[in-house]
Amino acid sequence: MKSILSLTLNGRPREDVVPHNTLLLDYLRDNLHLTGTKRGCDGGECGACTVLVDGQPRLACSTLAHGVAGRHVETIEGMRQNGRLDRLQRAFHENLGTQCGFCTPGMIMAAEGLLRTNPTPERETIRSALAGNLCRCTGYIKILDAVEAAAREEASA
Amino acid sequence: MNAPQSGLQASRTGVAHGVGARLPLIDGVDKVTGAARYTADLPAAGALVGRILRSRWAHAELLEVDVTAARALPGVQAVITGEACDMPFGVIPIAQNEFPLARGRVRYCGDPIAAVAAVDEATADAALAAIRVRVRELPAYLTPAAARAADAIPLHDNRPGNVEREVHDQFGDAEAGFAAADLVREQTYECAEVHHAMMEPNATLAAWDAERGHLTLHSVTQVPYYVHLTLARCMHMDPAHIRVIKPFVGGGFGHRTETLNFEVICALLAREARGTVRLLQTREECFLVHRGRPQTQVRMKLGLTRDGRITACHAEVVQRGGGYGGYGLVTILYAGAMLNGLYDIPAVKYDGYRVYTNTPACGAMRGHGTVNTRFAFESLLDTMAAELDLDPITVRRRNLLKAPTETINGLKVLSYGLPQCLDRVEEASGWRARRGKLGKGRGLGMACSHFVSGSAKPVHWHGEPHAVILLKLDFDAGITILTGASDIGQGSSTIVAQIVAEVLGVDYGRLRVIANDSAITPKDNGSYSSRVTFMVGNAAAQAAENLKAILVTAAARRLGIDAAELDWLGEAACPRSEPARHVAFADVVEEALKGTGTITAKGVFTCPPEFQGGKQRGGAVGSTMGFSYAAQVVEVSVDEELGTVTVEKVWAALDCGFAINPMSVEGQVQGAVWMGMGQALSEETCYEANGLHQVANLLDYRVPTMAESPEIEVHIVESLDPNGPFGAKEASEGPLAGFLPALAAAIEDAVGRRPSTLPVTPERMYDLLHRKTRRPRAEPVRGDA
Repeated sequence: MKSILSLTLNGRPREDVVPHNTLLLDYLRDNLHLTGTKRGCDGGECGACTVLVDGQPRLACSTLAHGVAGRHVETIEGMRQNGRLDRLQRAFHENLGTQCGFCTPGMIMAAEGLLRTNPTPERETIRSALAGNLCRCTGYIKILDAVEAAAREEASA
Repeated sequence: MNAPQSGLQASRTGVAHGVGARLPLIDGVDKVTGAARYTADLPAAGALVGRILRSRWAHAELLEVDVTAARALPGVQAVITGEACDMPFGVIPIAQNEFPLARGRVRYCGDPIAAVAAVDEATADAALAAIRVRVRELPAYLTPAAARAADAIPLHDNRPGNVEREVHDQFGDAEAGFAAADLVREQTYECAEVHHAMMEPNATLAAWDAERGHLTLHSVTQVPYYVHLTLARCMHMDPAHIRVIKPFVGGGFGHRTETLNFEVICALLAREARGTVRLLQTREECFLVHRGRPQTQVRMKLGLTRDGRITACHAEVVQRGGGYGGYGLVTILYAGAMLNGLYDIPAVKYDGYRVYTNTPACGAMRGHGTVNTRFAFESLLDTMAAELDLDPITVRRRNLLKAPTETINGLKVLSYGLPQCLDRVEEASGWRARRGKLGKGRGLGMACSHFVSGSAKPVHWHGEPHAVILLKLDFDAGITILTGASDIGQGSSTIVAQIVAEVLGVDYGRLRVIANDSAITPKDNGSYSSRVTFMVGNAAAQAAENLKAILVTAAARRLGIDAAELDWLGEAACPRSEPARHVAFADVVEEALKGTGTITAKGVFTCPPEFQGGKQRGGAVGSTMGFSYAAQVVEVSVDEELGTVTVEKVWAALDCGFAINPMSVEGQVQGAVWMGMGQALSEETCYEANGLHQVANLLDYRVPTMAESPEIEVHIVESLDPNGPFGAKEASEGPLAGFLPALAAAIEDAVGRRPSTLPVTPERMYDLLHRKTRRPRAEPVRGDA
C-alpha cells in the first residue's frame, strides 16, 4: 500500500508517494538521497539516525515515514545557514567533536534538539540528553566541549 | 577535558598550518554537514541487493546446500555457495584457512554458507529462505579447554588438538631471576572477549564490468591493498583488473584490518550477477564477523627484590581464537613480545596458546595482543608492591628503561618519555595527597602501558618501502597529496597535510588530499599497528622536501641567482640579500613547469632491517622504530550495595614523541582510555551453549554512553623520537591498556578488594565485595616479605 506523504523537510514542503511500511530513515536515505542521516544499528540502539521532528529528537530508524505526515522534519542537511556551518557544526568541527564522523549527524541533531529547549545546558545535562547517541571514537569529551562551545556562542550572539 | 580552544592556532614552528598546530580535521566539514559519503551512502542506482545466509550451527559438516529453488525465484540474479571460491584467504600468508563461503564445514554460528543478489530486499530475503541446507552436527567447542580436550575433533585438519599456535620463548634466565627475587607471586587473570563496535556497520559495493572482466569495489576497509590482493587470489583474477576504493570509513579499531568475508562475497556476487551488488551488513553481522580481542586467561608470575626491582617475569597466556586463523598467530606473539619494552626486565619467559574454538574469529583490536597481558602484569606488580610496602608509582620508577637501549628480545627503544608521564599524572591527580585518603568507596589507581608506532616488518615483505607519498603540482599551483593511507577517523589525512604544509611553508588552502583509490594513489601498507603518523608522515616529509628542492631551483632560476642564495618563504621566494625582490609561488610554479609540465614528487619510508625485531621465530612481532608510552591515574567510586563502579576522572599522560596535532593527540588518547574503560567495566560478548551470540547488538553489548563516561584529562609528553617525523610517534593505542589495571587498582584503593576478572560488572563487583577472602588470591610461590 502506498499513499501520498506530505511533510515539511528542512523548511520546504514535500509530497511523495511512499509505501506505508517505509521507515523515515529509508525515506530520507533511499527516496530523497539524504544520506547524512546514518543507520548504525539494527533498530534503536545507537542514535546515529537522530533527526528532529517538530524540533524534538527522534530516531528515524524507529519511525514510520507516514508517522510524521504534516510535521516539520529536519536533518543534518538542513543545518547549514546560507552555506556556512551552523554554530553546532562549527563547534564540532573546530573542537574535534567528530573523528570518524559516522555518529556526528545524529549527535549534532540531538544536540540541536537540546539547545532549542535549553540554550545553556550544564555539562551533566548534556550528558544525559545525548546518552542515547553512541560514539566509539572520542570518549565523548570533545563532543561535550563542542556542545558547550556552541551554547556559549549562542549566548554571546 | 582540555578546555575548548580555537582550532586555528598557528604551529609552534611558525608555519600557519604546520606541525604542532591544533588544526581541525581536513575532512571535518564534510563530516559535520552530512556530506561525507560512507560506503552505504554511495549512489548505486540499479544495484542489486546482496544478502548472506549464515550458519545457525556452531560446528557442523555441510552435507548439502540446495539452491535450486532460490535460483528459480524471479528477480534473483545470483546465488552462490562455497563452490564459488576454492581459494582460502587470511591476513597471514602462512595461516590462510578461511573461505568466503564455507566449504564442507561451518565453524561458528554466523559462518557464511550461501549468498544471493536480487532486485530488491524482499526478493533477496525470499531467496535466502528458499535455500535448503543439510548438515551433520558436530560438537561445539566454546572454550579453549573444551577444544583442547583429548577427544575433541580438530576444527582444522592441520591442527590436531586445536591449538593454532604455541609460542615458547625465554629471554634471559627466568629461573635464576626468580631465585634471586625476595618476593615471587603468581596469579591468574581473566579478560572477556570484546568487540570493536565501530559505529559504521560493514558495507561493500562491488561493480563487475562483464565486458572487460574488471572489478571495482568500494569497501569499509582499513587496508585496501589487503582487500585488493585477497580479491585477486579468491577470484583468480589479475590484480591489474581490480580497483579498490575506500570511501569515508566510520571507525575500525582493527575490525577492518583483515579482509573480511563479506567483501569477497560481494565481489563474487557481482561477478556472478554480471552487475553491481550492494551488500549492507546488519549490526548483528558485524558481531558475527567479529575479529575482536580474544577471551584471554593469563597466568602471571613475577619476581621482585625487596626494593622493587623486577627480576623475572613468566606469563602463560591462553586465547580463545575462534573458528579461523585470521590474525591469531600475531595476537599470541604480541601478547608475549610486548611484555618487554615498557620496563627494564632482565628475564622473561612466555608460553602462549592460541586455540581454535567454535566462536567468531578474533583478530586485531586496538592495542593488539598487549592489553590483557598488560592488565595482568600491572595488576600483579601493584599487588606485590603493596606487600613490599612500596607505592605503585615508586615501584615503576625503580624499573625504568634507559633509552637508547635494546630489550632482551631485540626491540629497540630510542625514545622513552615514561618517567615524565609518571611525573605528570602523579602531580595532576594529586596522587601523593589523595591516594588511600578519599574515604570508603572512593579510590585512585594507576598503571602504565605502551604500543608500537607501526610494525617494523609488514605482513608482505617484498622489499617495497613501507610507505609512499606522491605530491602532484600543476598549472593551478595547487598541490595534491596522493596517499594510500586509510583515514578511518583517526585523522591521518590531516597529519599528512600538516607535514607537507610545514615543509613547504605554503598556504594550507593549496593542499588537497586524495586517498585510497588503487587506480590513483600509491600503495600503502594500511592503517594498522598505529603505523601511519610515523611511516607515512616520514614519507610525506621526504616528498615535500623533494618538491621543495625542485621549486627552490626554479625560483633561483627565475631570480637569476644561485639556489644557495635563495630564501624560501613558502608563498614566495627571494634572494637572501634582497628581500624586496621576491617572486610569488604561482610564478615559481610557472617557472618549474617549463619544459616538463605537471610535476610529481615522491617520498618513501622504510623501517631498516635492524629495527625488524629479534632473530627468534616470530621475532618481528612487536618490533617497531618507536614505542609510545603512557601512564594514567583513574579515580573511581564504588557503590558497595549495588556493586556499581563509577569512573569519576582519568588523568592520562602520553609520550607521543611530538604532537603534530595536539588536539588530535588529545582526541586519540581520550578515545583509547575510554575504550579501555568499556572493556574494563561493561563490554563482553557472550554465547549460548549452542554457540549462538547472545549480545550481538549495541544495547546488550554495553558500550559506555555519554552519561557514564568520565572526564579524561590529557597530558602530552614529547620525547622527540630520533626517527619519527619531527620526533612523532603513535598516539592512539598505547594509552588503552593501562586503564584496565589502573581501574582494578582504584577499586582496591576504594574498597580493599581487587578484581582479577574483567569486565567488572555490578554482578562481579558485588561478588568480589561479599566473598570471604579479603585480598585477591595471589598465590604465595615464595617469600613473605
